[in-house]
Amino acid sequence: MKITKGAVVTGGTSLEYKTGDWRDQKPVLNQSWCKACGVCEEDCPDGAIHVEDGAFSIDYDFCKGCGICARECPTEAIQMIPEEK
Amino acid sequence: MSVVEGSEAVAMAIKACRPQVVSAYPISPQTHIVENLAKMVADGELDAQYVRVESEFSAASVVSGASATGSRAYTASSSQGLLLMTEVIYASAGMRLPFVITGVNRTISAPISIQVDHQDTMSLRDSGIIQLYVESVQEAYDTHIAAFKIAEDPKISLPVMVCMDGWILTHSYESVAYMGQEEIDRFLSPFEPEHFLDIKNPKSWGSYADDNVLMEFKYAVHQAMQDGKQRIREIFKELSLLTGRDYRGLVEAYRTEDADTIVIALGSVSGTVKESVDDLRSEGHQIGMVKIRCYRPFPFEDIWEAIKGARRIAVLDANISMGSEGAVGMDLKAKLYGLKNAPLLVDFIAGLGGREINKRALRNILQQLDTVGKKPPFLKEPNWVGLNPTLFP
Ligand code: SF4
Ligand code: SF4
Repeated sequence: MKITKGAVVTGGTSLEYKTGDWRDQKPVLNQSWCKACGVCEEDCPDGAIHVEDGAFSIDYDFCKGCGICARECPTEAIQMIPEEK
Repeated sequence: MSVVEGSEAVAMAIKACRPQVVSAYPISPQTHIVENLAKMVADGELDAQYVRVESEFSAASVVSGASATGSRAYTASSSQGLLLMTEVIYASAGMRLPFVITGVNRTISAPISIQVDHQDTMSLRDSGIIQLYVESVQEAYDTHIAAFKIAEDPKISLPVMVCMDGWILTHSYESVAYMGQEEIDRFLSPFEPEHFLDIKNPKSWGSYADDNVLMEFKYAVHQAMQDGKQRIREIFKELSLLTGRDYRGLVEAYRTEDADTIVIALGSVSGTVKESVDDLRSEGHQIGMVKIRCYRPFPFEDIWEAIKGARRIAVLDANISMGSEGAVGMDLKAKLYGLKNAPLLVDFIAGLGGREINKRALRNILQQLDTVGKKPPFLKEPNWVGLNPTLFP
């Protein structure tokens, strides 16, 4: 490996780096309480919450466990639990 | 020759360099420069994006980002404004983004004052920005044109700051010889960076570096400065040929050949020092002066060449590293340490907050040099020129 002038590297590579292993708290989504309001998806700073066919799910490859989704969910459908590795 | 205000001459130089982006936030004594540029853009004389921002942090961020897109970019500031730019300047140097800033020198609050000293720009000396200090309005005009060429040189690729004394240079009228646009275009070719932001070919700047590579990045910036000295010398030489004015070297030596005592200065005070040197020479003193034109990278080789025959050196520092000494004095002492026949060097803190450094002050400095020369100098330093002890509580 050689360093580049100004640390310029190819962009758009974040998908290759799974940052979920930084997490020490893990959000768990209880689907039966979820009202599909979309607040968590909008507020997640890492874009780690996705919606598919109206169902919200958390991408643990990129969720860093900040807990914002759990704090903001109006129905308390997301709970933080200690991460186990 | 035109007789113009210093700020207007700088704006004329910038305009002739064809910047694509200018961004600035007003602060005295820098304001006239960017007001002139705003007018040039509004009148259609300068084809550039003029970005008005809400702070100097944003002004620096705009020019840094513009440089990453491959645009030639310019901003100016003073004092607190430069401090607010500091974080961005460090980051831009690390990302190797070239642009030009005029650092119009003004003291730093508190107490608040708009008068000149070098505390503001000196506090940026460690950031990785190249710093050039100018003595006159003509030198400010010429140096700004060289500044873009230095910044954009592929071997250097760093931001450059032209430091000019507030009021004394920005607001005084001097006769200035402007260069022709064609000459400038020949001297300064368009900015063609190795990398630039492009949505079709995404890149990211200043990406994360762990402890296994970070030192190497810092070394690369330092080395770009060190190796850059030779390029800066060459560019200044080209500038001399172009203008017919003498810009050889990173320093200017004035009557140093047989000098026993040498005064080292930066900026507009150099003119006063030269006059004093002439006066004192006519009275039989073997005195000379060295003006540091390029302060970062620090041109010790060039300074040494001019001072190595001297017995005593007085450094005029218009700044103070609180709790230590003046920046230039510290730099020089560090380099002189252990050298055979190193001259006695005494650091003088002079001209803070616009206090005048006149011929009388320079005579006092010479007298102090006589006294200090007999004692271990470190016990007495730094020496504050013209301090009024009756004012102390
Ligand atoms: S814990 Fe934080 S990072 Fe993880 S999904 Fe919730 S908001 Fe996103
Ligand atoms: S914020 Fe709560 S209720 Fe709304 S979509 Fe997310 S999990 Fe469901």
